[in-house]
Amino acid sequence: MDKKIYGLMAEFDTPTELVDAARQVRDAGYKKTDAFSPFPLHEIDEALGIRRSILPFLVFGGGVVGLLAGLGLQWFTHVWEYPIIVGGRPHFSLPAFIPPAYEMTILFASFTAVFGMLFLNGLPSPYHPVFNVERFALATREKFFLIIEAKDAKYDYEETRKFMESLNPQEVFDVEE
Amino acid sequence: MEDIKEIQRKIYPPMVEGDHTFATVTDKISDVTLKKKTPFHWFIGFGIAFIIAQVLMFTILHLVTTGIGIWGNNQPVGWAFDIINFVWWIGIGHAGTLISAILLLLNQKWRTSINRFAEAMTLFAVACAGMFPLLHTGRPWLAYWMLPYPNTMGMWQNFRSPLMWDVFAVSTYATVSALFWYVGLIPDLATLRDRAKNPYFRFVYAALSWGWRGSARHWHRYEIAYLLLAGISTPLVLSVHSIVSFDFSVAQLPGWHATIFPPYFVAGAIFAGFAMVLILCIPLRHWYRMKDFITHTHLVYMGKVMLATGLIVVYGYMMEAFFGWYSGAQYEVFMIKNRIWEGPYWWSYWLLILCNGMSIQLLWFKRFRESEFWLFMISIVVSIGMWLERFVIIVTSLHRDFLPSSWAMYSPTKFDLSMFLGTLGFFFTLIYLFVRFLPIISIFEVRTLLPDANVHGHHQDFEEMVNEVEIEHIDKGKKIS
Repeated sequence: MDKKIYGLMAEFDTPTELVDAARQVRDAGYKKTDAFSPFPLHEIDEALGIRRSILPFLVFGGGVVGLLAGLGLQWFTHVWEYPIIVGGRPHFSLPAFIPPAYEMTILFASFTAVFGMLFLNGLPSPYHPVFNVERFALATREKFFLIIEAKDAKYDYEETRKFMESLNPQEVFDVEE
Repeated sequence: MEDIKEIQRKIYPPMVEGDHTFATVTDKISDVTLKKKTPFHWFIGFGIAFIIAQVLMFTILHLVTTGIGIWGNNQPVGWAFDIINFVWWIGIGHAGTLISAILLLLNQKWRTSINRFAEAMTLFAVACAGMFPLLHTGRPWLAYWMLPYPNTMGMWQNFRSPLMWDVFAVSTYATVSALFWYVGLIPDLATLRDRAKNPYFRFVYAALSWGWRGSARHWHRYEIAYLLLAGISTPLVLSVHSIVSFDFSVAQLPGWHATIFPPYFVAGAIFAGFAMVLILCIPLRHWYRMKDFITHTHLVYMGKVMLATGLIVVYGYMMEAFFGWYSGAQYEVFMIKNRIWEGPYWWSYWLLILCNGMSIQLLWFKRFRESEFWLFMISIVVSIGMWLERFVIIVTSLHRDFLPSSWAMYSPTKFDLSMFLGTLGFFFTLIYLFVRFLPIISIFEVRTLLPDANVHGHHQDFEEMVNEVEIEHIDKGKKIS
């Protein structure tokens, strides 16, 4: 019996039960917690005390970089590297440069949104201890799970388990490392 | 009480019919990919599409070994089938992004069960569209010359040209649509991973889902990313077809040089795209028994969008003709006369008006709007009409330009036709593969539509509150009368 425990996991049937349980877990002072659901639940953010992600700022930054890169590329091409007058317009003809710069803004911002989200989420993560619980496969189908990690300062195997059982779950599992 | 429910159904038609739970929704959609035997009609449809796709392959082979002289393009009609088909395909793609992005921002819940395959349709349509300008270059292996990179020739692109804008717009559109589609797929791929029995499929789905586990923190960032992508894609989709229309409107040619082009092209794109979504989803919901998710209401809504965008397009036709006359410019007036009644292609204009202007008027009537058969038929007619629109714009404007000495007639060769037919085969081949290997409806988003998905007893959904007030109201109204 020297399995290392990653945390304790409770299974619930409905989103309402999960959110109620998450509130109690937060009120009991647990910090290293997480919930798993088959679809996004807005109420859980507040219940678990999840802070708003910095992702929007990253995406804005990505967009600005894209815009500057787009304008810079066209400036480099038409002013620096290959200055040639087309249609009597100035070398740096901004109105004509807007469409490519605009598209570059969008391209960079969307790459930042997608890969920023994956990076902040720590994905890809082919292995995670929660996958060791057999019933966890249902988290992508119909069931709702709540976990308290062993790293939590308040964590104590016996006590936390008792507390979790008081939340009225379907079952409480040991999550092996 | 029954009455109230009936009235409520009319005000807020349910987006998922039948008694579904999270589990049945998941099973019903993912079983198409995982469990059910591949239906016989799939093999027939895929086989036909695949054979037609080979027509494309042989046409391309002949094209690159011979040259674009095998097409009917000539002087002055240098932009013939290539650009007609390019604009037609890219227009079809626009409905996918409209459904996934703009309707998401507008909080239209009916987008949820059609967005997945509409986005797939976008990707495949853009793939078909991209082929035409690439092959029109005649030397597609040198297509990278369109991209700015330091080269030994010392040459750079001209960013003042709308054709260069097009390169940026279309490649960005293809990339962002692929990202949007893939991000939407990640949670569903995780579902497939957890349900797949076959270890090879399981491995592939596991790899593609990046180890998604549905953590609340992940969902939080996921939703932000998804919403931001929708916000970014909305101006993107509008800009792409505007830039496509700049290919024409920035030129000096009568019939092309019009400021109405960008909005008129965007509306036309959405019009054509919804027609294609209907063409795809009406058979799909029958063959895969998805009527619970793609309900009657969805079809009616799409019919209404088609009517609205179609009317914008008709307004565009009217304005084109009006400004041709109102401009008083000799060449503009000639172009309009030549296009509508004096020129040799007058029939294409009237066929276009019949397909795009007349046929959609049927959608004003409930009888046609609510009948699957008529919606399907009108969608096919509209697809033909939108193709004719590009034919009219391109061929009738080019074939009689400023100098009568350079006038010529245009007619496509068999290779023009086989190339277009081939892309249709290629498109449907990809659609068939998509239907077989990926969930055709976004499973996790359909779960959120179920009544079970609401968290009760706390902050209530705004719509739920509106619902309650309305039930009360209806109740009172009943008592008074």
